[in-house]
Amino acid sequence: MIDALLAGIVGPYEFGFMRRALVGCLALSLSAPPLGVFLMLRRMSLMSEAMSHAILPGAAAGFLVAGLSLPAMTLGGLVAGLAVALMAGFVTRSTALKEDASLAAFYLIALAGGVFLVSLRGSQVDLLHILFGSVLALDDPALWLIGGVSTVTLVALALLYRPLVMECVDPLYLRTVSRSGGPVHYAFLALVVMNLVGGFQALGTLLAVGLMLLPAITARFWASDLSGLIPVSMLVSVLASAIGLTVSYNAEIRLPTGPAIVLAAGALYIASMLIGPRGGLLQRLIRRRHLEA
Amino acid sequence: MGQRVSEAIHIHCLTLGYDRHPAVHHLDGSIAPGDLLALVGPNGAGKSTLLKGLVGEIPVLDGRIERGTSPGAVAYLPQAAEIDRSFPLSVLDLVAMGLWRRLGAWRSLGRGRAACEAAIAAVGLSGFEARPIGTLSGGQFQRALFARLIVQDARVILLDEPFTGIDARTVGDLIALIRGWHEQGRTVVAALHDFAQVRAHFPTTLLLAREPIAWGPTATVLTPDNLERARHLSEAWDETAAICRHDHDAHDHDQQHDHHHHGQHDGHDHHHDHGHGSPREAAE
Repeated sequence: MIDALLAGIVGPYEFGFMRRALVGCLALSLSAPPLGVFLMLRRMSLMSEAMSHAILPGAAAGFLVAGLSLPAMTLGGLVAGLAVALMAGFVTRSTALKEDASLAAFYLIALAGGVFLVSLRGSQVDLLHILFGSVLALDDPALWLIGGVSTVTLVALALLYRPLVMECVDPLYLRTVSRSGGPVHYAFLALVVMNLVGGFQALGTLLAVGLMLLPAITARFWASDLSGLIPVSMLVSVLASAIGLTVSYNAEIRLPTGPAIVLAAGALYIASMLIGPRGGLLQRLIRRRHLEA
Repeated sequence: MGQRVSEAIHIHCLTLGYDRHPAVHHLDGSIAPGDLLALVGPNGAGKSTLLKGLVGEIPVLDGRIERGTSPGAVAYLPQAAEIDRSFPLSVLDLVAMGLWRRLGAWRSLGRGRAACEAAIAAVGLSGFEARPIGTLSGGQFQRALFARLIVQDARVILLDEPFTGIDARTVGDLIALIRGWHEQGRTVVAALHDFAQVRAHFPTTLLLAREPIAWGPTATVLTPDNLERARHLSEAWDETAAICRHDHDAHDHDQQHDHHHHGQHDGHDHHHDHGHGSPREAAE
């Protein structure tokens, strides 16, 4: 029984493609969730969703030029994502529109344009591949890319941490003492785009944001300050990746891997929502007597 | 002495506003170093706008502000701070933000920690260092922001209605802090609504109602006559207001804003209820 279970857990990783998938997901799990924590705390969760759609036309343009080629699609996605983030930021700072509205406008244009571009040449299968990724087909360049993105993100977060927190808490104060507010904001958006592009190799443009946001939101039920939220979110993401990969390999039915990982993260979220010690549902149901002071 | 003179803030024919509509209209004067200046006037008089202009938060529509100090050496406490109080940050971390000028993005808190703790003690929040800012009451939060101002250690401190919604005891403590800053020779400008407070603690006052009504020693500014005129000045935002052609190059004046309008009249005058007694007609 235990042997069978162990075989089910370890067995899949005898295959190179599963090990590659695991390594890629682990690298993403270290860099994307901390960004998700900041996105969540800045109430920008849905914005990152919008950004992930914005990557599609770039990837599609790369696909049009070079077919299913990783470097072309990555470069395209990066350029398109950064362009949408910068344009939305520019429109926000120079017109009356709020950032969410301007971003929504740009990403809708981008998404429609992307689908249009893909269908110019590819088949439905290609479109599915781009939208939902192919974590089991990560090759060396893709792993290098994901590892690089992860490294750059962690280093940049360490460097930007203090102004980024200040920009989240009290942007007006940061403006009065320093000019770094704008650059920090754009650098943060660039990191988000980079991670979405990295994630899109594995999970596709639509689900890349899943490993970024779900672990961060889940962590909220386990920790209350940043020093707890960030490690917990990474841990949740690592767990979700491992569970998703293993389950999708062992499942009787055909369970696509990318969605399996995001579903695992979703299951962890729902479990945490129920039993999490920080404002979880059970915690709220059990009314303990109030304190003296 | 020379350094102190350079700290003065000179305001020359300053117009600040939004969408070209002035909220502060042709203000002249200087804030002397070490001044403890109250900014009073009805709602919509331009008090907040003037403070935002002084700190460089909004662009100047016309005229200019000469600061001896760099804009960064000014500490500013906004009215409704844009602070996200749901963000998981401790009181100590919030106060330590005041050290940015010294520490920047990377240097460690080090000895600054003691300064932060001293500031927290000075505002009466000892024991609250580790509390998340979201759990503080309104008065406690305002105390924490004052602790951050202490840590900022700025020569010029701008406060926008710092006592709104704060109980009497906290107001008393915070006024004591402000008087302490005044005694240390810092320049403090505070927008206030409570005339009794202003009369009791602020030696100089600027009465503003979009146009400057009076600027000088508090007793001579807060006269029934001046207050009546401040009330009368409309808060109207006239969509069709004509372009102001007030010619500020023609004159350069100081503390006394004795406007002499040299422009010509061409039909629609708008009335500037300026300065001292006699309302003058401005060129439009």
